[in-house]
Amino acid sequence: MSLLSFLIGEKKKTASVAKERLQIILAHERSGKSAHQPDYLPDLQRDLIAVLSKYVNINPGDIKVNLERQDNLEVLEVKIELPDAR
Amino acid sequence: MGCERRVVYDFVNVINGEATLNQALIKDKHSDHLYVLAASQTRDKEALTQDGVERVLRELAGMDFEFIVCDSPAGIETGAMMAMHFADEAVVVTNPEVSSVRDSDRILGMLGSKTMRAIQGQEPIKEHLLITRYNPNRVQEGQMLSLEDIQDILRIPLIGVIPESEDVLQASNQGVPAVLLEKSDVAEAYKDVVDRFLGKDIPLRFTEAVKPGLLQRVFGRR
Repeated sequence: MSLLSFLIGEKKKTASVAKERLQIILAHERSGKSAHQPDYLPDLQRDLIAVLSKYVNINPGDIKVNLERQDNLEVLEVKIELPDAR
Repeated sequence: MGCERRVVYDFVNVINGEATLNQALIKDKHSDHLYVLAASQTRDKEALTQDGVERVLRELAGMDFEFIVCDSPAGIETGAMMAMHFADEAVVVTNPEVSSVRDSDRILGMLGSKTMRAIQGQEPIKEHLLITRYNPNRVQEGQMLSLEDIQDILRIPLIGVIPESEDVLQASNQGVPAVLLEKSDVAEAYKDVVDRFLGKDIPLRFTEAVKPGLLQRVFGRR
């Protein structure tokens, strides 16, 4: 086989390259989809900051609002970092 | 489908009320219970409206057809969106090529988010993967994505694999459905797909590499 393939001129194994390329493209596209956020998220974030700052001294950058899709489930993630208690 | 000379009215005519559904339906030459409703070849796909498509599909459903098959135009645009919108089941056809698998992934995303079932929160569309133009010998030599690779990426159940074959172009040239070809692996593979769609559990065929015979080696592979 090796001699034969040498004579014919063996072609490069490109299938694994194709799979790798696909995985990169799709990882990029799929993450791009979840980055498509509904319009109300910035408003929600602003309101949350307004409410919280009534009670806690909080930095606007410390609140992160994120919507994630997992199969048929949408998860609204609100992450609030409280300032160090001194 | 070889019925181009018999098309008088098409889908868009029916939607616009220029013809009745009965006038536009063309009886297939090969199969008694098959009727074809031609898509418009002259007007662009933007002439289709979602309401119009729904109306025609409901009318077809009321005519006691067991299955209504919407052939989607290749690519991802309005025509494809229309074809998939009201679907109960979807057969996603893909070739073992990067661009094709990538488009299939995008279509799967749309099936799960932009279709009627998705929007109304009903049970999701049942998805099937159909791989065409598959060449097991090239897969074995590492020159083609394997069906495992494709399934690994798209992650939906496989309904069949159609081998790459010269028969397909021959059939298409003549306007004969490939499934009706005699003594063709392609026809057999398509029949298997139909059986599986109807619920039969049959093993895959034509997916293993075949060693070329001595004569084929001498005269070169096709």
